[in-house]
This record gives sequence, structure tokens and C-alpha cells, in this order.
Amino acid sequence: MTDAASSQPLLRLVGVEKKLGRQKILRGVDLQIDKGERMIIIGRSGGGKSVLLKHIIGLMRPDAGQVWFRDIDLAKLSDEQLAPLRKETGMLFQNGALFDSLSVGENVAFPLRERGQKDEKMIRDEVARAMKIVDLPGQESKWPSELSGGMRKRVALARAAIAKPALMLYDEPTAGLDPVVADSINKLMVRLGEELQMTSVIVTHDMVSAREVGDRIAFLNEGRIYCVERPDVVLASTDPIVHKFVNGISDPTDVTF
Amino acid sequence: MFRYANRMGTRVLRMLQMAGQIVFLFLDIMRCLFRYPIRMKLLVQQLDFIGGKSLPVVIITGSFIGAVFAAQTEFQFRSLGLASGVGPVVAIAMCRELGPVLCALMIAGRVGSAMAAELATMKITEQIDALRSLAVYPTEYLIVPRFLAMLISMPLLVGLAILCGIGAGYYVAVHALDVPGVYYWHNTVLYTHDKDIWIGLVKGFFFGVIILLVGCNKGLESSQGAEGVGLATTEAVVDSFIIVLIANFFFTFLLNALL
Repeated sequence: MTDAASSQPLLRLVGVEKKLGRQKILRGVDLQIDKGERMIIIGRSGGGKSVLLKHIIGLMRPDAGQVWFRDIDLAKLSDEQLAPLRKETGMLFQNGALFDSLSVGENVAFPLRERGQKDEKMIRDEVARAMKIVDLPGQESKWPSELSGGMRKRVALARAAIAKPALMLYDEPTAGLDPVVADSINKLMVRLGEELQMTSVIVTHDMVSAREVGDRIAFLNEGRIYCVERPDVVLASTDPIVHKFVNGISDPTDVTF
Repeated sequence: MFRYANRMGTRVLRMLQMAGQIVFLFLDIMRCLFRYPIRMKLLVQQLDFIGGKSLPVVIITGSFIGAVFAAQTEFQFRSLGLASGVGPVVAIAMCRELGPVLCALMIAGRVGSAMAAELATMKITEQIDALRSLAVYPTEYLIVPRFLAMLISMPLLVGLAILCGIGAGYYVAVHALDVPGVYYWHNTVLYTHDKDIWIGLVKGFFFGVIILLVGCNKGLESSQGAEGVGLATTEAVVDSFIIVLIANFFFTFLLNALL
């Protein structure tokens, strides 16, 4: 990834710091994400991965540091100034965040309508196609409350991806799903990346997913990026901190009361 | 003693903070009103929820308050030989105070709480973040339709409550307590002026704004978790009750002088 001097990074985080309440979550995150790359972010629960993701799409503003999307610093823009940039990005939220007041079909159609698409037939076709891709054909008339957690996530994925954004952010796309559905989501993320040249940032605990989907893995530890490496390098790492995380080994002190 | 002062200080600060948030929310709504086209579909939905679905409670509240007020007034006035004076007393009380205030309390309980709960739930389930991530400005999508629907509904609901109250008062006084109907109605029309009705409707309009701003503020600023939703709902109702009641006192003097 470093050899391509021509491929300017799509996204560059410089010294991002964030405090929530009294707790310092991010203590200076530096990270570069290239165009078309699938970047995995791993790290402990509550370690600020989701917070980091929200900085990338401007849902949160850093206390210090910059978030560069192409040549624009998101940290300096207001919510409304960010709107045009957000049309180029999509985000899959941890629990889907489907709109309760809209049916599944309307949820998926939402980005198209917001982009001014008026042709009802085209919207219907696009939605049907997207629902088929996420393996939920013909479920458009259901309501979000009628769906299981895994189905909600897939609907949310359809909603985030339907407008073919240049940058997709996934917040724990496979958490809480059975292995088969998780695998289908992994394959979908790879396909979206390859077919539509989407750049993806994927926050996950799922090491299987990380290995299958990622081009590179960034390990977030203690509010900083500890290392950024290719998946096989990370998984084979002998560094004690990385090794322990990747193989899920806890310190004995972690389990005593 | 120190702890007491500390707690009082926190409370005052929180009140000031809320007042500030509400002012900014209001300015934001105004800006969005001019910057974005109005979403008709959402407006109609909210009109149905705020206006349409509130009809039964408002009719019941207005009618029974008018009825009971007429009865109580008649019991007192009867001994003075002023039974036909009940009409204008009921009408003016309904127009100036009972109609707008009780209607506002019912709407705060029914609509303000629902708004706070809905927005707080949307916040904790990341639906508001999802809106923003889809390039939609939450104030414009969520608050503006509610705001407009409230502005339209509230004066109409207050008007309805007033009508029901006067009608029910007439019915109770004339049919149950044998006050002569012709005098009752004649006096009602004679002593009730346009000004009385205007005061009621204008009060209703501003109470609607208060309920909306407090409900939305509580929802949008709620803390995390199920507890946050519950708290937002309760606070929305209690705070709007209190603000409506206090504001009512000042509106009474202000509108009496202005109109």
C-alpha cells in the first residue's frame, strides 16, 4: 500500500483527540486510509472504535487534531456543511439504526429519495435489487420492529450502500450474527469494495471477519493506533499486546472479582 | 449548608442551560423554515398525531370543565338571584383561562411526552445519527414538521375546547339546573367579546410553542439508556406544565393590555 505514491489517501486522521465526559477516549489517533482499501479497526470493547468511526463521518468532532477527507478538514465544518460530503459516505450502525417510523422498503429507499430521485418505479426496482443483494427479497413491506437483529443489520447495510457511496463505514457488521450470516456479510463487504471500488472502514471484534475482509488492520489500543499491518502479519504478530488481543487471551487479573 | 447551596446552584445552572438550548433550538427551527422546503408528508402525519388524535381528550376536557364550572357557578349565583349571569362567567372563564390552560396541559401530557419519548428513543438507538449520516439535518426533518403542526393545531384545539365548554355549560345550566335558556344565551353573547376569544387563541398558540420546544429539547438532550428516555418524558411533561402555568400569568396581563 505504501508503494503507490499516485494514490493519495482518501482519509487522513492527524492527532485526533476526544474526551467524553471525564474520560479521554482518543489520545491522538493518526491513521491513513487509501482509496479503495478495506481498513479494519480492532481494539478492546469501549476502547473508542465506534467513537473513531463517528469522527470519520463527522458525527463527532475532535477536541484536537484533524480529519481530512480528500482535501477537506471535516473537523472544521458544521453539520449542514457536511451534508454534501455525507452523500458520498454511508454508515452501517451497530444495531442498524433503522427508522422505526418507516417500513423496511422506505428505509432502504430513504437515501434515494433524499438525493431527489422522484421516479417511483426506479426506486422500487433499486430497493428490490438491494434487498435481494442482502438476501432479504420481498421483505419491503415489513416494519423494522418485526425483524430479527441480523435482518435489521442487513436492511441497514442495504440502506447505507444503495446510493453507492465512495466510503462505507461499518460499525461491528458481524457482531451478534450467526456464522453463516456473518460470512455472507463478510462476502458482501468484499464484493461492494471490489465491484464499486468502495473504500471501507470496518470496526470489528471478529477476527475471522478481519482476516477475510481486510486489506490492512489497525489496532487501536489505549486511545492510539498501536500498529497498522496486513492481516496475516497482525495475526502472526509476536508483540505481546497484539498477540494477546488477536488470540483472545486475558490476563489472570482480568477475570478475578 | 454548603451541600444545599451546591445543589441549588447546579439546579439553577441546569435551568439556564436548558433555556439556552431552547433558544438555540428555536432559532435553528426558524432558520430551517426558510432554508428548506417543507416536508408535506411529515407535516400531515404530525397534524394527524398532534391535532386529529387529540380531539377526543380536548373535547372531553373542555366539555366537563365547562359543565362543572357552570354547575358550581350556578350553585353560588342562585342565592344571589343571578342565575342567568352564569353564562358569561363560564364563557369568559373558558375563553381566557380554562380553555387554553387545560387544553395546553392535556396536549403537554399527550403530545409533549410522546415527542420527548420518541426523540429520546431515536437518539439512543442512533437513529438521529443515522439521519445525519444520510445527509439529512435532524432539525429540518424531525422538528420543523412537529413545530408547524403544533402551531396550526393548538389554536384550533383551544377553540374547540372553548366551544365545548360553553356548550356543555349551557346544557348543564339550562337543562339540569333550570336556568332560563334565552336569558342565559343572551347574557353570554352580550358580555363575551372578541377580545376574550382572541386572548384564548393567542395563549393557545404560545402554549403550543412552549410544549413543543420543551418536549423536543428534552428528547434531543436526553441521556443514554432506558432511564434517559423515561426521565426525558417525565421532565417534558412536568417542565412544560410549570412553564405554561407561569407564562399564563404573565400572558394574562400582557394580552389584556395589548388586545
